[in-house]
Amino acid sequence: MTVHTDRIAQRSRGRGLGRRVVASLLYSLGLPFLLLVVWGLTATSSTNRFFPGPLTILEAFRETWIGPAFVDDVLPSLYRLALGIAASIVIGVAVGTLIGLFHWLRELLEPLLEFFRAIPPPVLIPVMMLLLGITDTMKVVVIVSGAVWPILLNTIDGVRATDSVMSETADSFQITWWERLRFLVLPAASPRIMTGVRQGLSVALILMVISEMFASSAGLGYRIAYFQRNYLIAEMWSGILLLGLVGVLLAATFGVVERRVLRWYHGIREVNRA
Amino acid sequence: MHVLSIRRPRSLRKVVLGVVGLTGFLVVWQLIPTLGLINSQYLPYVTDVLARLAEEFRDLAFWRRLGHTMTSWAIGLAVATAAAVVLGTIVGLVPVLRRATHTVVEFLRPIPSVALIPLAVLLFGIRMQAALLIIIYASFWQVFVQVIYGVADVDSVARDTARSFGLTRRERLSYLVLPTALPYLMTGIRLAAAVALILAITAEMVIGNPGLGRMIELSRSAGDAVGLYALVVVTGLLGLLVNLVFRFIERRSLSWHQSVRGEEVL
Amino acid sequence: MPDRNTLLRVEHLRKVYESANGDVEAIGDISFTMRSGELVCIVGPSGCGKTTLLKCLAGLLRPTSGLVEMDGQPVTGPSPAMAVVFQEYGRSLYPWLTVRGNVELPLRHKRLSRAARDKLVTDAIDAVGLAHAARSHPWQLSGGMQQRVAIARAIAYQPEVLIMDEPFAAVDAQTRADLEDLVRELHTTRGISVLFVTHDIDESVYLGERVLVLSASPTWVQEDLAVDLPVERDQIGTRALPRFTELRTHVYDQIQRAKRGQTVAP
Repeated sequence: MTVHTDRIAQRSRGRGLGRRVVASLLYSLGLPFLLLVVWGLTATSSTNRFFPGPLTILEAFRETWIGPAFVDDVLPSLYRLALGIAASIVIGVAVGTLIGLFHWLRELLEPLLEFFRAIPPPVLIPVMMLLLGITDTMKVVVIVSGAVWPILLNTIDGVRATDSVMSETADSFQITWWERLRFLVLPAASPRIMTGVRQGLSVALILMVISEMFASSAGLGYRIAYFQRNYLIAEMWSGILLLGLVGVLLAATFGVVERRVLRWYHGIREVNRA
Repeated sequence: MHVLSIRRPRSLRKVVLGVVGLTGFLVVWQLIPTLGLINSQYLPYVTDVLARLAEEFRDLAFWRRLGHTMTSWAIGLAVATAAAVVLGTIVGLVPVLRRATHTVVEFLRPIPSVALIPLAVLLFGIRMQAALLIIIYASFWQVFVQVIYGVADVDSVARDTARSFGLTRRERLSYLVLPTALPYLMTGIRLAAAVALILAITAEMVIGNPGLGRMIELSRSAGDAVGLYALVVVTGLLGLLVNLVFRFIERRSLSWHQSVRGEEVL
Repeated sequence: MPDRNTLLRVEHLRKVYESANGDVEAIGDISFTMRSGELVCIVGPSGCGKTTLLKCLAGLLRPTSGLVEMDGQPVTGPSPAMAVVFQEYGRSLYPWLTVRGNVELPLRHKRLSRAARDKLVTDAIDAVGLAHAARSHPWQLSGGMQQRVAIARAIAYQPEVLIMDEPFAAVDAQTRADLEDLVRELHTTRGISVLFVTHDIDESVYLGERVLVLSASPTWVQEDLAVDLPVERDQIGTRALPRFTELRTHVYDQIQRAKRGQTVAP
């Protein structure tokens, strides 16, 4: 499709493809495999009951999470997480764009935004519990109240930094306000927005877990804390594993979306590097 | 001269607008319970919160709690940074290691550190070590990833230049790798400092080791809304302070390097 | 040529930049007219306010005093009768849009049918010889090709006058010659009026039907020179003509005098 990427692709498509695939598989799976083996051996030989072997954890994982617990605990957590993230992105980008576009608004709100960003998000959980009670809404609001800041602040920076020649081009062709937003301001800010979203995602996940550990009788965070209190060690580890999987999955999904949205951005960097 | 004289009225305007914004916020906060939009039991008057804040500042117990929080923050940040610098430099400099550790890093890094809270409690109970485990785990990755980027970012022309002039390995390390990686390291430490503070307070809230976080949880369960809000403000101020100090250090040590780095570091 | 009516009229244009330690007079007093279908080049010593003049003409900058009239109407802001081609093609084209998307963007708010719009876009891209690259992104193209995209975008907009701000200053010499011929071709075959700002004396004589020589800042029009070269021009033949050499020597002398400030304002 394109001039540069074709050339790059052709170069790497050369000979020795099979050997390279094997090598990269070895590289990417070798160390994880090795670590698991070492862990398994130490777990069977030691008497520390806080560190069960990987096979025990896997067994517990299957028994604990595959079945009704998935529907009762995992899905509602993920649903709240998704809702919180979506709301954070919408609010963060919309408000951030507005603040970024108006100089005076930015100066008016800057000290406040700096302060709110600096509040450690989990301390908002007790505040939200006070204001909204222990409800699902509270948990979603908690996620938003923490995850929205990185998105908001990065959007402001991105919108503010719109290139002057690009703006003049839009002016000279009398592009409408809406077109300007859609074709200039938002795309130009998108690398920064995506940076903010990435930071927001990890905050959101943390808040999902904590809000459930804190104030809940169901959900992933609650379950893990429950297993720990009842000394169900392997089950607790399986919960940590599941949270890890959620984190990895979230990061991977973000990676795919980011590569799509910022294809032009990565393209430019690739061209500049070549 | 020229720049300064233009900037002065603008920065004055900025300060005035910022103060107006802050005052406006406080007034709105005060008005909400006054007008009965939210019961003052849930959103106390801002005047009460500020009064409590002044009270806390005169209370030795408050400073002791703050001391606990900042101690675990400082120890956690220091340990995480040291470990991340050593491991990051080794992994970053050896391409084989970088490829081999990639999968493990990409799996471990997104695990939310708070998922380890139950494990930490099992291992250490409600002592500070439990909090440290969480703090170190979370802030380690911030620094580690930046160090790997930084070490790998050495300009190829600069590297060839160094080689062609026959610089020794040690010279290359101190004149080429270190200056290149330093800005990344400072960025990593700044991010880690913020993350460490968040987790220090979170751990206290959830685990219950002494500190500001535990006090927040106690205020909540005692229904002391004024105290709760006052402590939230304290944590915000603390976060602000940490951000400002570390941003200042970062900028101070790297004024020469800002333009080179661009924004993609974050 | 009395049959050509006046397209652009500039009268006593003056632009003063205000700053805290004294005003800077960028443009002193510029007056000239341009007829429909003309190709006028503006040259001047560096720093003589060429870009300021152009921004005032295009309605991107408000002059301190004086008048800019387009078709008898005063210009107060950007007008659909003008399209600007900027020097910084890399920043004037939007990297997230394809070549086609870039050319199409200014047409979106014009009341055109989908088919008419597509035709205009295709036609403009063909005219600059980029039909094969319509689906590429600008950053995948060379600098010269990117500037062709900017030209295509400007002509698809169907302005009455094309305003070009040192458009070829950032491309290499061979590409530059090709682009100059493209401008000549668009001018002769399509009858597009062009106002071409450059600092290159040869380029101004080769391209223009008239050359306006500007003085040093504060700027006025030092000379309005008619270029009596044949309409059909080519890089080798035209540049070898004795008349071409005479004209460029003349303009060169004028600019040297302008730099030394040896001329007096009218």
